[in-house]
Amino acid sequence: MKRSTFSLKRASKHGGLIALVILLLFNILVTPNFFQLQTLSVNISQVATIAIVAMGMTLVIATGGIDLSVGAVMALSGALAPLIFGSQFGIDYPVLGLIAALCIPMIVAMLCGWFNGAIVAYIGVQPIIATLILFISGRGIAQVLTNGNLQTFQNPAFSYLGTGKILGLPFQGWLALAIAAILALVISRTTFGRYLLAVGGNERAASLSGGPVRKVKIGAYIICSALAGLAGLIVVAINSASDAARNGELMELDAIAAAVVGGALLQGGRAPVFGAILGAVIIQLVKYTLLANGIEDEYALIAKALIILAAVYLQMGRRGKHA
Amino acid sequence: MLDAGSFDLRRYISRNPQSIAVWIALLALVIFGLIRYDNFGGAYNITAFLNYNAMFIIISMGMCFVILTGGIDLSVGSVAAFTSVIAAYLSPHGIEIALPCAVLAGLVFGMLNACCIIYLGIPPFIATLATMIGAKGGALVISGAQTVAVDWGSNFTKLGMEKAFSVFPWTIVVVAAVALLLWVVLEKTTLGRTVLAVGGGEDASVMMGLKVNRAKFFAYALSGGCAGLAGVFLASGFGAGQPLEGIGWELSAIAAVVVGGTLLTGGMGSLPATIAGALLLGLVFNLLNFENGKGVVSISAYWQMVIRGAFLFVVILFQARVMKSRSQRVAG
Amino acid sequence: MLLSMSGIVKNFGGVPAVSNTTLELQAGEVHALIGQNGAGKSTLIKVLTGIYERDSGEVLFEDSPCNFQSPGEAQVGGIATIYQELNLVPLRSVTENVMMGYEPKRFGCFIDWNEAHKRTRDILARFDIDIDVTEQLGKFSTAIQQLVAIARAVSLEARLVIMDEPTSSLDASEIETLFGVVRDLRSSGVTVLYVSHFLEELYEICDRVTVMRDGQSVAVHEIQNKSKLELIGDMLGRDADEIEKEGMTQLGHGFVDTGELLLEAVNISTGQRLKNFNLSLHRGEIVGLGGLLGAGRTEAARALFGIDPLITGKLRVSNQDWTPLSPREAIEKGFAFLTEDRKVEGIIPDMSVRENLTLALLPVLSRGGQIDRAREKEIVQKYISDLGIKTAGMEQPIRELSGGNQQKVLLARWLITNPAILILDEPTRGVDVGAKREIQLIIRDLVEKGVGVILISSEFEEIVEGANRIIVLHEGESVTELTNPGITETALINALAHGHVGAA
Repeated sequence: MKRSTFSLKRASKHGGLIALVILLLFNILVTPNFFQLQTLSVNISQVATIAIVAMGMTLVIATGGIDLSVGAVMALSGALAPLIFGSQFGIDYPVLGLIAALCIPMIVAMLCGWFNGAIVAYIGVQPIIATLILFISGRGIAQVLTNGNLQTFQNPAFSYLGTGKILGLPFQGWLALAIAAILALVISRTTFGRYLLAVGGNERAASLSGGPVRKVKIGAYIICSALAGLAGLIVVAINSASDAARNGELMELDAIAAAVVGGALLQGGRAPVFGAILGAVIIQLVKYTLLANGIEDEYALIAKALIILAAVYLQMGRRGKHA
Repeated sequence: MLDAGSFDLRRYISRNPQSIAVWIALLALVIFGLIRYDNFGGAYNITAFLNYNAMFIIISMGMCFVILTGGIDLSVGSVAAFTSVIAAYLSPHGIEIALPCAVLAGLVFGMLNACCIIYLGIPPFIATLATMIGAKGGALVISGAQTVAVDWGSNFTKLGMEKAFSVFPWTIVVVAAVALLLWVVLEKTTLGRTVLAVGGGEDASVMMGLKVNRAKFFAYALSGGCAGLAGVFLASGFGAGQPLEGIGWELSAIAAVVVGGTLLTGGMGSLPATIAGALLLGLVFNLLNFENGKGVVSISAYWQMVIRGAFLFVVILFQARVMKSRSQRVAG
Repeated sequence: MLLSMSGIVKNFGGVPAVSNTTLELQAGEVHALIGQNGAGKSTLIKVLTGIYERDSGEVLFEDSPCNFQSPGEAQVGGIATIYQELNLVPLRSVTENVMMGYEPKRFGCFIDWNEAHKRTRDILARFDIDIDVTEQLGKFSTAIQQLVAIARAVSLEARLVIMDEPTSSLDASEIETLFGVVRDLRSSGVTVLYVSHFLEELYEICDRVTVMRDGQSVAVHEIQNKSKLELIGDMLGRDADEIEKEGMTQLGHGFVDTGELLLEAVNISTGQRLKNFNLSLHRGEIVGLGGLLGAGRTEAARALFGIDPLITGKLRVSNQDWTPLSPREAIEKGFAFLTEDRKVEGIIPDMSVRENLTLALLPVLSRGGQIDRAREKEIVQKYISDLGIKTAGMEQPIRELSGGNQQKVLLARWLITNPAILILDEPTRGVDVGAKREIQLIIRDLVEKGVGVILISSEFEEIVEGANRIIVLHEGESVTELTNPGITETALINALAHGHVGAA
């Protein structure tokens, strides 16, 4: 009896990494052309955007909340960027235009995050409902701005965000890792990070200990939306086109799935930032494994569902039965 | 409603202030529509409106039960898509076969959710998120990723497209029957009251010796069954099983339940108010279409989304204020 | 013999909560179960009613072996329990809480609400209660809710009714009503197992008493044969005479001269539950807040700490007017508040001992938002050794510690902020006897160093022995003040039960 719980505990602690290793080995051995730069690039590209949003989602989940509006925020920020550097101002002053095209969407995204956070923290509405508002209307705003049109453009400087390469691997992959490192430091070394985990772990205790609960929650939502805004810009950069109707569609589900597989607990209190990347990678790898070996996309969805269940179940085993 | 002895309006209002919002808003919008738009109150609009919203009303009712237990069900949209495909495939055998089978399929998904939540201990959000993804995949698999046309020759489409006694759409008749049945279960049976108790205090309910697991199982199975029925409405009303439909339905259902005044944490809520909430959200859509038809101001589909979001925002604010003033009056 | 529990053992994570315990109840008796916090009383009851599964031992109920797996089974089997935490559902109506699961039905499955309401009213009438049974339970006072819980047990026609601290929120007349119900039950052959802190009550209605200490049953007596002091002696494992001389707790501190006025609260109200609270506190003084459950003691603490906004009233801290707007401001002003329920409001379960300990001190420990890790570790180590916190290391998740050690960590959380005013709400609740002594010594030590302490405790001996003065609250108002030396438990209980000055 003791033996099996011991190995189950071990498995769940490193389960994510073990699963990753298995998947990688399987693909290296079985799938043709797997370990080639091209394949890796494509995969990293797709994973990076999900991972970036998932990291923000992890922070929000750590406070015990959820953010359904990330897809809409992606669409919104992705719609704004081409409008800015494609405008008269942007054409006349290309450098300023580029900077504005990067900054203004991010600021707008952060405002969305502030909106979400304020409703949750000050009005006391449940996060799932509060973020539903932008989920419904955010994409609409984006489409109003673009008149529902697909915007294509040519802007090599901006496109670097999506297509640039460092050491042969996509820029956004490095960006995701850098963000993870920064967030991990923030969580483990700053008061904000400590309070964040405390608020999720036991909000009343955090408040009674003098923790600035409201500010921390709003901060988490702002960061989440900012990262979603960044992801929106990246997607637009990759495609050299902004489609407000499609950008970030269903991203909230992918981000939540990745965060949860990566170890985030829905009731809050944990913020495994690198886990979010791991979760996104595992899900993406399974999808790719199936696809590359001739199995249709639809089965990948079923596989994804099973991965989520398995990951959560194993992690629950780790916490054990505690009252 | 707290419980049904004899119905006292004043008492209902004082006990369920957050439900008043939805009834007032519904009434206000109906009056607004009647005044402003010519054909709003006409038989065609009413029946078309009710027919279309039947699907949402049904899943909102199932969602109400789940939320009352303090849980949530994100899978209803995908399950409806899945069962719409099943219903379409079985349509040649007539509605008598297709409907029960589709509902059964929905029940199976619901029971799957229930088992994961109760026996594996997986949080409802995650378990139903997984089912949502899995059912979507399943729908695509069995349909070959395309819409499945129904058999127009059989009586299958009668449900979605025709009326009982040429007056009420069949869908509405079914919805009304289900609503009545569920209302009786909620108000008049131990099972229904246990659902409410579980949401109001799960630990206390266990201590009181209530059959908590049975209530939860029922709620999730019911939600799946309702999604199954909605899938039949979908296939029958549009003439095809659609594996890609259903996206966002769960959020509409949750919004309807919350707008109707049910606490998201469970324990308190009303089925009629949930139905009113679903009608209200559908009505906003309907009114926007009319406004467009008037030709005075053209509200693009995109503005409609913005307006719907703003509307939800206003309702939530109102409810929050009601809850706040209420908790201040009660013993702090 | 109605019930026989023998050789019961129950461990949690290797630590025995109950070992080799025996409990024997006769049919138709009222049997008291007493013991300090942490003695194992509630564990024993939870084993009997199926909430916990016992590790070993035998249970015979009505002469047949029983092994209830859930409270529901116990209820069906004839045992009804009323817990102090009132396991009821506040959002549901009174009738539902009484009848749930056993509602009168028509045609076998439809609830007959009219009949259900009527039956509920009838049962409550036996307790002299006349309320709107269709109203939400949460709208009523704690006292009413407690009686509703008892009504449910009675309506289930149990053969054994277990009452866990049933009078903790009842005033004198409500207690009389309850005693009437208990005598009623006894004369109809029902056995009552009665757990209570109020030893005086036991002499009024109980026949026999079982004493528990450190997880074991240590004595069984006919209650009329033993004096209160002897019972206390059994509970503490000390000689009755020694207790009489030295006191039951470590809190008695000879009431040294106290220093200048630290805090003055005048006419404080925050709502329905706290209407008129007055208090003054000096350096080196312990002021106890006495009152029944629901009297407003915790609300008073919350008002002082800035959790609930003040509707009326003034606070003066060190002779300066001050309005507490948030816990953070209160902490900066020198307040500290150890809350009542550490699981709900105290520990962050997944965080380490270190992180929990420094939670209130973070603004001081950090510069520019970054936490000074080295300083943090240093100071945590100091407090771990000063307070004798038993842990595998400061990185151990706090939820793995025992109740007593968790409480010490939380106490350290507040001590580390160097408060001038320390509010303690049930500081030794759910803590084993050894840790309890240690915590009491720490408090005494603090007081001797000049900290002003406001103490809330349902273990009367703690306030009776430790407090310089006791302010008695009744229904949200401070009504009486008792001064030490000279306070006896009897005087305190009288003040609580009657609730008015001069009504004793």
